[in-house]
Amino acid sequence: MKFGVVVFPGSNCDYDTYYALKEVLRQETVLLWHKDHDLQGVDCVVLPGGFSYGDYLRAGAIARFSPLMQEVREFAAKGGRVLGICNGFQVLLELGLLPGAMLRNKNLKFLCQFVHLRVENAGTLFTRRARKGQVLRLPIAHFDGLYYAPLATLQELEENRQVVLRYVDEKGEPTEEANVNGSASNIAGLVNERGNVLGLMPHPERASEALLGSEDGRLIFESLIQS
Amino acid sequence: MRVRILVSFKESVLDPQGQTVKNALLTLGYAFVKDVRQGKVFDLEIDGLTEEEARRVIPEIADKVLANPIIEKFTWEILTEAKQV
Repeated sequence: MKFGVVVFPGSNCDYDTYYALKEVLRQETVLLWHKDHDLQGVDCVVLPGGFSYGDYLRAGAIARFSPLMQEVREFAAKGGRVLGICNGFQVLLELGLLPGAMLRNKNLKFLCQFVHLRVENAGTLFTRRARKGQVLRLPIAHFDGLYYAPLATLQELEENRQVVLRYVDEKGEPTEEANVNGSASNIAGLVNERGNVLGLMPHPERASEALLGSEDGRLIFESLIQS
Repeated sequence: MRVRILVSFKESVLDPQGQTVKNALLTLGYAFVKDVRQGKVFDLEIDGLTEEEARRVIPEIADKVLANPIIEKFTWEILTEAKQV
C-alpha cells in the first residue's frame, strides 16, 4: 500500500509518521508538499500532526486553502482513504470533510500525555484489526482538542456509528475525568458517513514501537494496510 | 476604506477563556461583571470597492475564512475616520 504524508509549513509529526509507515510498517511512503497538485498515486493520504501555519486564525484554518487540499478533497470524494492525525484532524474539520469543530481544551492547558481510548466501531477501514470495545493506549499532544458539534450532528454521528474512538478510563468507561480535553460525548476520533476519512486526536505514529511505550497505534495503520 | 470585523463564539458554545477572564475580574472585586465573552478583531484595509460591493463581499469573507460558522458568529462595520484612531 502506498501512503502519502502531507507536509505543511509547521507540520512537526510528518517525519514521525513517514518513519512509522516506511520503516516500522514497511510500506511505500512518500512526502507530499502542500503546494503541489500531485498525490503521486498514493492509496492513502495522511495529514500529520503539528501546527500548520502556526495555528494562525484557528487550528487547520489556513492549511485548508493549501493547493494540494483541492486534490485531497477530490480524492476523498472518490472514496480515497484519508487519515488526519491531531492537526490533520483539525484540517479535515475546517475542510468540511468531517463534521464539527475543535475548541481549546476545557482546562485551557496544552495536554501531552498517554490516554485510554475505546474502539467504538471496529468495522471501519481504519479499525478492522481491532475488537469492538478494545481499549487502546495512545499519546495525545494538543491545545485545541475539545471536539464540538451541534446536538443534531452528534446524534447523527451516533446513529451512523461514525464515532470510532472515545476517551475512556483504564477500565474502558467513558467517564468525565477520562475526557481530558472536554470533548462532546468523549469523542476522540470519527469517520465520515462513507467511512473513508478518519480524524483522530491521538497520535498512532507515536505508539508504533514497544520502545515508545505502546504499539497500539499500529492497529490503525495495519487495519488500513489489510483493507 | 477600513472595515472592522468582530468574531466571537456563539452563545451555545462554551468560552473557557472568557470565563477565566471573568473569574479574574471577580477576584479583583469587580462584582458587577456578569459575563465575559472573548473574541477576535480583524481590521481590513479595502481598496477599489464601492461601499455597496464591500457590503456584499465582507460577510462572505467573514463566513468563509475569518469565522468558523459551526462555533463562531461575526458582526462588522465600515469604520468612519473618527473611529479609526
